[in-house]
Formats: sequence, structure tokens, C-alpha cells
Amino acid sequence: MSFHPNDVQRRGRVASGLLAATFLFLLGSFFRTQILQHAQYVLQSEENRLREVPLAAPRGVIYDRRGAIIAENVPGYTVSLLSPREDSLRAALKRLGGTVPINDAESDAVVRRYRRNPNRPAVIFADASFDLVSQLEEHRIEFPGLIIQATPKRYYPDGAAVASLVGYTGEINEGELVSLAAQGYKAGQQIGKAGIEKQYEKRLRGREGVRFVEVDARNRVVKEAGARQDISPDPAQPLYTNIDLDLQKFVVGIFGDSLEGAAVALEPRTGEVLALHSAPSFDPNRFIGGIPLDYWRSLMDDPRRPLANKAIQGRYPPGSTWKLATAVIGLQEGLVKLDDHMPVPCTGGMQYGNRYFKCYDKRGHGSLSLSEAIEKSCDVYFYQLGTKIGIMKLVAGGIALGGRERSGIDLPAEMRPIFPTAPATEYFNRRYGVRGWSSAVSLNLAIGQGENSQTVVNMARFYTALATDGSAARPQVVRAPPDRERIFQLDSVQMAGLRAALAGVVSRGTAAASRIQGIVLAGKTGTAQSGRFKGGAELNHAWFVGFAPADDPKIVVAVMLEFGGHGTRAAHIAAKIIEHYLKATPQQFLSTDGP
Amino acid sequence: MKARVATDWPLVLLALSLSSFGVSMVFSAGQTDVPTLVTHLWHNQLAWVALGIAAAYLASRPSVRFLDWAATPAYAGACVVLLILLFVGKGAGTAASTKSWLAIGGMRIGQPSELAKIAVVLMLAKVLGARKQPPKSLIDLWQPALVVGVPWLLIMLQPDLGTGIVFVGIFFAMLFWSGVSWPLLVLVASPAVSLVLAFSTGLWGAWFLLLLGLVLWYKPYIVEGVLIVSANVVMGVVAPIVWEKLNPYQQRRLLVFLDPSTDPQRSGYHVIQSQVAIGSGGWLGKGFTLGTQKRLAFLPAQHTDFIFPVVGEELGFIGVTVALTLFLLLFLRCVRIAARSADPFSSLLAFGLVSTWFVHVLVNVGMTLNLMPITGIPLPFFSYGGSFMLACWLGVGILVRLSAEGRGRADSLVI
Repeated sequence: MSFHPNDVQRRGRVASGLLAATFLFLLGSFFRTQILQHAQYVLQSEENRLREVPLAAPRGVIYDRRGAIIAENVPGYTVSLLSPREDSLRAALKRLGGTVPINDAESDAVVRRYRRNPNRPAVIFADASFDLVSQLEEHRIEFPGLIIQATPKRYYPDGAAVASLVGYTGEINEGELVSLAAQGYKAGQQIGKAGIEKQYEKRLRGREGVRFVEVDARNRVVKEAGARQDISPDPAQPLYTNIDLDLQKFVVGIFGDSLEGAAVALEPRTGEVLALHSAPSFDPNRFIGGIPLDYWRSLMDDPRRPLANKAIQGRYPPGSTWKLATAVIGLQEGLVKLDDHMPVPCTGGMQYGNRYFKCYDKRGHGSLSLSEAIEKSCDVYFYQLGTKIGIMKLVAGGIALGGRERSGIDLPAEMRPIFPTAPATEYFNRRYGVRGWSSAVSLNLAIGQGENSQTVVNMARFYTALATDGSAARPQVVRAPPDRERIFQLDSVQMAGLRAALAGVVSRGTAAASRIQGIVLAGKTGTAQSGRFKGGAELNHAWFVGFAPADDPKIVVAVMLEFGGHGTRAAHIAAKIIEHYLKATPQQFLSTDGP
Repeated sequence: MKARVATDWPLVLLALSLSSFGVSMVFSAGQTDVPTLVTHLWHNQLAWVALGIAAAYLASRPSVRFLDWAATPAYAGACVVLLILLFVGKGAGTAASTKSWLAIGGMRIGQPSELAKIAVVLMLAKVLGARKQPPKSLIDLWQPALVVGVPWLLIMLQPDLGTGIVFVGIFFAMLFWSGVSWPLLVLVASPAVSLVLAFSTGLWGAWFLLLLGLVLWYKPYIVEGVLIVSANVVMGVVAPIVWEKLNPYQQRRLLVFLDPSTDPQRSGYHVIQSQVAIGSGGWLGKGFTLGTQKRLAFLPAQHTDFIFPVVGEELGFIGVTVALTLFLLLFLRCVRIAARSADPFSSLLAFGLVSTWFVHVLVNVGMTLNLMPITGIPLPFFSYGGSFMLACWLGVGILVRLSAEGRGRADSLVI
């Protein structure tokens, strides 16, 4: 009697109860998904439909000390492609190849960018010309994922003249992506690669904005704007530098195309970098948006190494410019006074042990005081001073003067000078063996030869101490509080005497040809062996490091001409730079205040 | 001849509400950013609803006795059609490899399995209703098992896993309604449970001990007890072999059911996108026709199998509650009709029809939330599809008749 109404009623109640329970269970599940997990699913649905098109932030404008523009942004175009899959990207690139020129290498680069971040539009042309853009716009409808974006593009109005300082920007590479992962860099972004652009990347970068485009399940762009409020990019704050663009261009003009070498001009009290140039230079504008291969090759193949920054990376024996270091060490140690003569007068050389050490002047200088020896750059005097100081103090003193340290200039990849470590005996024992060297190394070190190679910028730093009170200023490209370090302690009479001797170099001594009318210029020439020979004779690096005016220095200039012959050539260039600066620069601009 | 049938208005109004809701959702499903064929399908769906209502009217006219008489030929016809389908059937849409469609001259004219469900319900009601006592042992179940088994086998050969599940659901629901005791139902279902649990030795072992206890307590015939126990052993052992026999896509679907995140781009993609659509709806949804998951084609089969996520995305939890409540009220009304019917055949027929819908709703809606495996069975009154809409309304028509006769408010002999 299973179909007795009572039985059926009972089963009806059971069935209704089961239905209600199922209903409540389903409703509960929907409640969990739609209400409790709502936020998570909204996020997923937004991720589904929105693609972020990056809006590059304009990089910070870089100004010189007077507000002239060193680096700015001009309107450019970026062409990129949004694709659901790699094969469809390749297909789209192939079709695109029918409209605009794309070679295989470029296609592969686009695919690589895509692989790094498939949800970001893969950049095809980082810097597309207006013609190319208008061509693409005509065919827009054929390429659904194509995104043409007005993008600020880096521009250096003075091009090669500022390349040594400002560097250049370029697309971020794999290594940088990995090492800078924490800073939120994404594939396809531009990043400072050298110079100020690299050093101050954080300040110059700005914050990228985002334009949201809506895509469907096949990554077709269905809505270009208004899918969600765009996030506008934050332009970076401008960067004010200490550069004197006028002087910088003057320096570059002197070097021209023929001279190789480097020049650094500093404000002695503050370390402000007024000019810094490495010749030959390159055109940083050609690096923007991808450097053309042939230009890159020509730079790499050039024996004059235009991509190396000789002012901060080139290391050259300082030669006679180092004699001031020897003099300072001797004076500081109380081993010599400015008017002290050495036992052996210069007769064009001297015997030391079983070796004869020549003075550069075969005719000999006779018996000289220290001041006169500096003026005449007499090697024999400094040989004797070197032995008197001794190798230990010569090395320790050189280190104290910064001979083993980077100048600390705010530019990337500065090289550390080459100089022995202290204590000197251990260094030479390690290097040559206990019996492999003699105290004769002091003679070489005393005249800036031997185990001593300095960067141009580091020599300039040393001379800021000579130009002031024994405190060296860290060279600073970008405006910052001065950072000075006392590297030696001499009384004011000794300082004045040294400066007088350096002035004598230019007025009567080795650089007498480089006198400037109306300005007392102080400095030291240097002629250092380069190890390279031409026609049987060794080529020399020509140095001059000096400052002016001698009694109240406003500028320190270090000039080094690679294989440039005698230091007098460098002195000539340095004098021109100083003359230009002091004469062309009204005094108020010499102040250290901001514009 | 004049027929006077007191229409069960709550039933008809609920079915009409669900159908209107459904057509609206089919319309919305067509509103995509990139227009597709789906855009205009709601016209067809509207036509199918109209046709369905007409069919329901016709179905409400013959008396229950006629249905009782027609059960056998309808069932036989359904089996024959399903058999023929194995040779001439065509696939369609997402299930292109199956043979569930009947096509004449290249024109797909329908899915006979939808109407076969009604035929099977009719036949089961006839067979179970004819018994004086409910089946008390396995041997008593051979008739209903055969009635469901034959078309079930034919459908599984298409293969159409979803419809197969529906048949199993109908079978158990109607056994329950005929008064088969719970322990026997469990014993019958036990081999299938073993099959599912076979993948975990521990779980299967626990289930097997439970089953042994049930067998000792229920005390079936010795032969049956041994049969059930051995069937469970075989299933437990055979399951891995059966697994090997499954089509890769079936394997994948089962696996993805267990963990959809393992395969976000293929089968799991459907479930994840469905959940994203539903979850992003929140309380009130993104607005009618404005669902982004649907509009931008992230939602698969948004007008057929996955139409319910469109409800969830665009109308939110409120819309889901309304839809599910309409279903619940409809089902409760039908259970009432079944409980009030005058004779076993009518009662079983009513319950069979409502359990068909119930299984569809449970599996389809459950699937959208990853509570059920993706089997691709449609949602009654919602999913786009002519045969199914027609079958649903035919069911409504039969239920109207059953309701009227149960209340003694229909002419007894009308044709």
C-alpha cells in the first residue's frame, strides 16, 4: 500500500524538505561566491577585461646652473601591439610588415618583449616617425590590437657636447629588469643607461601612468577610452645641475674633432662640476628609441673609444702634476720647506744606486728651492725629495691625498685610480718579491710615474685642495650641499707659497706660453709616458691641472690629452677654458645659489 | 468535443515567469561587444516558448488514461529514435563530436533525447505504478532498471554524459516516490559510489565497511547481498581501468571538476570564468545586458549551458535568489500535484517530471559554481534550445492535466 495517501503525503514532505535544503545549499553557495568573495572576483573580472597601456612619464628636465636646458622631452610616438598569444602576435607582425618596414630581428625583439609581459602591449617602434604613424593610422582597422601612443621622447639640444655628462636613455634590458625588479620596472620602459641619466634615474624617472583599454576574450581592443579612469603619469621634477653649459660647449669646441682626451672644470670650494668632457664624444640623441646598428658599430670600432668617459674612467700616469702631492707630503711631514735646496743640484740627471735617473731637461736646472723646482718641474729635485720622504710616507701620503680613491663624482662607473696600498713595503714585496724592488721606486713615485695612474676628475679634486685650504671637494654634477674633506694640513704661508709656485709655472715656468692677460693662472703641467710608441718615439699624455685666479681661485681645470705630447699643450687648452670662464662669466653666476 | 480542464494557474504562472526570465537572459546573452550569431537567437527562443505553450495546451487535453496508454508506444518510439541517432546523429556547437542531434538533409531539427526523457518518465511511471507493492529487493527492480537502462545506454553511446546523469537521477527519484526503502536505494547506488571512491583506497575501504554493515542490517537475499558486495569490489577495482577507457576530454572534465585551477586555459577556464562572472555580480549585479564577462566573451556558451552565470553577473545575488526561488516554488507546486494525485501512475508521472527538471537545475546551476562536473546539460526554461524548451512546456502541460485530475476537476475522458 505504498500509494496510500498517507505514505504519499509523507514522501511529499520528505521531497519538499530535500528541495528546500538543496535550494538553501545553492543559495548559500551563491552567497559565498557573490557576496563574501565578491571583491576577489571583481578584481579577476577587471583583470580579464582591462589591459593597461602604459603612459610614459616625461623624464625630468635637466638644467644647467643658469637654467639652460641640457636634456628635455619632445613629442614622439610609440607603436605597440596587444596580442592574446604569441602566434597571433607573429601573424600580426607579418601583416604589419606589409604596411611598414619591419625586419626579422625587429620582429624577434617584439616577441621577446611580449614574452616578458604578455598583458602589456609589446612595443614595436619605441620612436616612430610621424610618417610611419600616419601610415599605420590609415590601416588602423586591420590591426585590432595596435596601440599608437604619443610618448615623450628624450632630446638633448646640444647632443654630443653634453654626452659625457648626461649619458643617454634606452630600453630596459633583461639584466636591469632583474636587478631593478623591486623598483617596479617593466619591460619596454626607458631607463637611464649612462651619465646623469643613469646616476639620477630615480629622480628623473617620474611615475608611469596607465590608460585602460577594454579587451574581449580574444584580446581585441573593444574600447579605447573610458573603460576606467586613466591614471595620468607623474612627470619627474626637473634636475638642476652645476654645469655651465656655455663653458661646457666652449670646452667641447676647443677639443673639436681632432683632440682626444678629457677635461674637467670644478668650482674649488664647492666641487661644483662646471664642465666635464671626454673627447671624442657621441650623439646621445641617436641612442633614443633604439640606436641604429651602423652607428653603434662605428662607435664600437672607433679606436679613439668615444663611448668611454675618459674624464672618469680613463687612468693615466699623472706625471709632473703629481709633484705637488710629493711637495705637500714633504711639507706636511716637515721634511722640506719651500725654500729648501736639495744636496745634489740638477745637472740633467742624478745617479741613484746603480742607475742614472734623468731630468727631462738634459741641460740641468742647477740648485733649486722647492718653489723653483715646482716652477721648473725639476725631476732631480723631486727624486731627492722622494728619497728623503721615503717610500712608506710617499705611499701613505699619496693615499691620504686621495690617490687611491675615486673622486666620488655623481656619475656612474667612475674608475678607482691605481696606486700602491699601504704599507708600501708589503705592497712592493707582494708585487715584485722581497728582492725584486729597491728604494728607487720612491724616485719614480715622487715624479708621478710608476704605480700611479689617476683619473682626470680625481686630479681635479686634488687640486681643489691646493686651490683652497687643503680640503678637497667632492665633484658634484647635480646641485647638492658641498662635501669637502681635509686631505692635508699646511699653514697659510705654505699654502700661499705653493700657489705662488704654481703661478710661477704659468708666468715663468713650464707653462709660460699659456699666460692669460689680466688673470693670474696657477697650475702644473705633466707629461707622462703612455707606453705607446709611434715612429720609435714614445707618445706622451699631456696633463695640465690648475686654477685661477691664483690668489682667489674660482675654477679648477684638469685637462688631459691622450697621446697629446707635452703638458704645455694641455696647459694651453686649460688656459683658454679658464680665460673663457672668468671673462665670459659675470661674477654673479659664480655664486653657488640656485637659479 | 469540449474539454474543460481547471488550469493550475500557480504552476502555469511560475512556468511563464521562468520562461520570460529565461528569454530575457537569452536576449542579454546575445548583447556582446562583438556581435555574434547569438545576438538574434532570442527571437527563436521566443518562438520556441510560444510553440511550447501551444504544445502544453495540447498536452493538457488528453486524459491521464490516454497518457498511460501512450506510454509504451512513446517509449518504444523513443528507443528506436535514439538507436537510429547513433547512426545518423550529428554534433553541434561545443559538443560537436557527439551524435545527439537529429538532422534531416543537413538541417538540425532537434535533440530527441530531450523528448526521450518524458517517454522514459511515462514508461517508468507505468511500470512502477502497476505494482501493488513497491520493489523490495534487487530482483524486483529489473523492470524499472531495464526501462531506464536501454535508453540510458543508447544515450551514453552518443556519448552524452549529462543526459545520462539525468536518467540516473530520474531513476532514483521515481524509485523513491514509488516507496522503495532508503537502504535498498543505497544498495542499488552503491556500485556507482564505489566507482567514484575507487580513486582513494582509504575512502573506498570506509565505504565498503559501511556497505557491509548495511547489507547485514537490511538482510537482502543472500544472492543479492553477494551480488552487491561483489559489484562494489569490481567497481573499486575496475574504476582505474574504466578511467583509462574514458575519452581524454571526459577525463579532463572530471579532473578539472576536482580542481579547476589545474587547467585555467582549457576546461577549467569555463568554470573559472563562470565563477568570476557570478562572483563579480555582487548583490545587485552589473546591470541587465551589462555583464563584462559575458559582453567580452569570457563566458563560454553564455546562452546555453552557462546562462545562469549571466543572471549572477548582471542581476547579482538578488537575481539569482529570484530565479532559484521561482524554481523552488515550481518544484514544490509539482510535488504537491504528485502527492495529491489520485492514482500511482499520475503521482509517479508528476514526480518523474519534476525530478527531471530538478536534476537539470541542480547539475546546471551547480556546474556554474564548480559544485558539479561540467556535463553540458541545459537549465530548464532558460537555456537556449528548441527541443528542450518544447519538452519543458510539454511537461507543464502534462502537469496541468495531472493537477486537474488530482483535484477531480477535469473531464475524465477527453480526447
